[in-house]
Amino acid sequence: MFGWEFPPHILGGLGTASYGLTQGMAQCGDMDITFVIPKPWGDEDRSFAQIIGASQVPVTWRDVSREYVEQRIGKVMDPDLYFRLRDHLYADFNYLRTNDLGCLEFSGRYPDNLLEEINNYSITAGVIARTLDFDIIHSHDWLTYPAGIHAKQVTGKPLVIHVHATDYDRSRGNVNPTVFNIERDGMLHADHIITVSNLTRNTVIEKYGIDPAKVTTVHNAVVPLSQELLDVEVTKPKEKVVTFLGRITMQKGPEYFVEAAAKVLKNNRNVRFVMAGSGDMMDKMIDLAARRGISDRFHFPGFQKGKQVYEMLKASDVYIMPSVSEPFGISPLEAMQMGVPSIISKQSGCAEILDHVIKTDYWDIDAMADAINAIITSPAMYNTMRKEGLEEVAKITWDKAGQKVIDIYNKVLAR
Amino acid sequence: MKAVCFNFEIHQPFRLKRYRFFDIGNDHYYYDDFLNDDIAERIVHQSYIPAAETLLRMIEQTKGAFRCSLAISGEAIEQFEQYAPEFNDLLRKLADTGKVEFLATPYAHSLASLIDPEEFRNQVKVQCEKVKETYGATPKVLRNTELIYSDELAPQILAMGFKGVLTEGAKHILGWKSPDYVYSAASAPQLKVLMRNAKLSDDIASRFSDTSWAEYPLTADKYIDWIAATPAEEQIINIGLSLDTFGGLQPAGTGIFQFLEALPRFAAEKGVEFWTPSEAVKKLKPVDTISITHPISSAQEACDTSAWMGNALQNEALDKLYKAGERVRLCEDRRLKQDWWYLQDADHFFYMSTKNMGGAAFSPYETPYQAFINYMNVLSDFLVRVDEQYPLSIDNEELNSLLTTIRNQEREIAALTREKELMSKNLAQYNIEHRKEDAPAADAPKAAKTTKTKKAEPKPKDAPKAKAKTPAKAKAKKA
Repeated sequence: MFGWEFPPHILGGLGTASYGLTQGMAQCGDMDITFVIPKPWGDEDRSFAQIIGASQVPVTWRDVSREYVEQRIGKVMDPDLYFRLRDHLYADFNYLRTNDLGCLEFSGRYPDNLLEEINNYSITAGVIARTLDFDIIHSHDWLTYPAGIHAKQVTGKPLVIHVHATDYDRSRGNVNPTVFNIERDGMLHADHIITVSNLTRNTVIEKYGIDPAKVTTVHNAVVPLSQELLDVEVTKPKEKVVTFLGRITMQKGPEYFVEAAAKVLKNNRNVRFVMAGSGDMMDKMIDLAARRGISDRFHFPGFQKGKQVYEMLKASDVYIMPSVSEPFGISPLEAMQMGVPSIISKQSGCAEILDHVIKTDYWDIDAMADAINAIITSPAMYNTMRKEGLEEVAKITWDKAGQKVIDIYNKVLAR
Repeated sequence: MKAVCFNFEIHQPFRLKRYRFFDIGNDHYYYDDFLNDDIAERIVHQSYIPAAETLLRMIEQTKGAFRCSLAISGEAIEQFEQYAPEFNDLLRKLADTGKVEFLATPYAHSLASLIDPEEFRNQVKVQCEKVKETYGATPKVLRNTELIYSDELAPQILAMGFKGVLTEGAKHILGWKSPDYVYSAASAPQLKVLMRNAKLSDDIASRFSDTSWAEYPLTADKYIDWIAATPAEEQIINIGLSLDTFGGLQPAGTGIFQFLEALPRFAAEKGVEFWTPSEAVKKLKPVDTISITHPISSAQEACDTSAWMGNALQNEALDKLYKAGERVRLCEDRRLKQDWWYLQDADHFFYMSTKNMGGAAFSPYETPYQAFINYMNVLSDFLVRVDEQYPLSIDNEELNSLLTTIRNQEREIAALTREKELMSKNLAQYNIEHRKEDAPAADAPKAAKTTKTKKAEPKPKDAPKAKAKTPAKAKAKKA
């Protein structure tokens, strides 16, 4: 598998989903999974998959001793594997900036030279593909499609790509042609395409012109939360709290949340709104809240990570995700795990599998305001959604998703 | 001898429009007229009219041997008045044959029987009046909303003047017993209980066009054979269906109307008769008492009341609604009363059921939560209006006594006004006669005198007023 993010060092939903799926597949048994990421930190969970960091894969010959390798990268890679990989160099990449071990540097994030990193990543994929023995290649999201294609060309093994998002979702329709081309190239080379929702499946079929027969939806799931996270302690304000958690970007529809908040506050002052996260629209949103005259009740605590996310959820009475276009959207499921009633837009992939949430159109601020008001004023509504939501989300597990992916593998391999 | 007792239910709720919480206090109209009109017209033309015409033909062809009963909610009658008066005419024709019995049912298809006995009595009474006024028929047997029934209700139903009641032949109640007998209520032995035969009813309602059913296709002679093949002691088979089974649930193309129409012919061959519920109650003696401690209903599978009051949302809504009951009954505002009825419709609560998520049949809402939000917004506005009439700060008893005082005074005022008018008339006459006094005979002043003595007694206050008016009146008469 090729992926870009892997917990605990994640920047968005991609890492969580790749991790959950890999774990779910491992649970279904009889599988050896190798997961390639750009840059491992050494604290990843390696219990169910072998993790290879592209930043430890040699692409050019360096005469180094075993002890030296052990000392340099022993924490993240077995030296034996380093030497095995070094035996399978296929071209001299000395002209690239390589380090003392003949490896390329990766940031493992989304830097400005992202396209260069993507290219470098696919170079290492060539080495890995020649070294390891495997049956199938699985690429998560567009950043790793070129690597997948490369591996397929080298070995002739089938390629499955996993579409966690498309550029149509990220840009509200204004696609970046370079990204579009990488995505489409991946889809055309793939033997099968997995999408995280039917919404995304339709985008793939309609916008990228892909044969529907080779596109299958496998909805995401959630990993059950640990007791420690479920029990996080927070002091709740005496008002009700309505929370938005996510990148404050065009895709997430933050302005609709502000407008809905203004509507609720007109009739009910006993409520606070929180927009947690950061993003290019944050300043605009602060400005908008001020112009609506609700800044005293509308808060921007900034980017939340790790445990903070769960503290935030625990303190909330309503979770809202008004995304304009959300391929899946795992955060409402996490909110439900914490027992927080959720309101999501119908334009979210997770709306396809959730019943005990309120679904509105992302632009329908009236309906959104109405739903918020109902949950915070009616204990019956809150309690029912909370209880039913907990039950519902407990059934959405990764092993079921993993089994579906395995079935797709079998179908692809049987050809 | 064996008889089939058909009962067809007709009901349409007044569905609510999308009502936001910021409309509370600003907008007092709650109904989606367009949707209600659309559904009513569609269902009337697709199902109700062809079905009623079929029934009419069956009665005519069998010269009255075919009989059946209809239970129509007041809300449905109102909707037909508004959207499909032709159907009301057709029902009137059915009533005129004398072979169709109209049953009593709560006006607003409500759950009042379970929560608010007084409201239940009111609604049944008003529905009976409405049926009498519209179709000229007097209901004698009760069919409660969704066949809801329990021991607790029996004495009340009897006290309301009904000899019989229809309910569901729920398996968990009957056990080894058969629904095909007349039973008597354990808590009110004079009340006879008719139980719906669920199997034979659902054969028509849900299985008729099911091609995966082993008995498919269901024909009229096969159906009558089944009925004739039941043990000889089982004399009454109650088939309870929603009238929209014909042409609605089972579209016309399945042959459902032909099936219905062919029943009397095969029944005649097998010696199976058709009775109305009243006939069944009159002709048959109860074989046993039946005790039903927890309310039962026609709801799928469970046969209990959980489809309407099974989750926290439904209970909250019902609680808030019926708390206002006593107060609303004190009001005389007609619109408020009307809304009070429409909001009680059990369908509103059915839409909030979380039992079959995303698949609640007939619901205009996408999820139970949306149904709840919308309903509660409407209800909040309604309660604000009730509060405006009678503030909650005054408790019901105090309010009641105040109202009694006001009403007594009103009555007194009305009586006095009447008297005043009478007297001014007399005075006018007296004046006229006095002017003519010189000329005509002597008996006129006599009459005037007697009235004058009467006038003096009741209220001296009124007298000057009346006098002041009389000259003007007299003048007018002169002119």
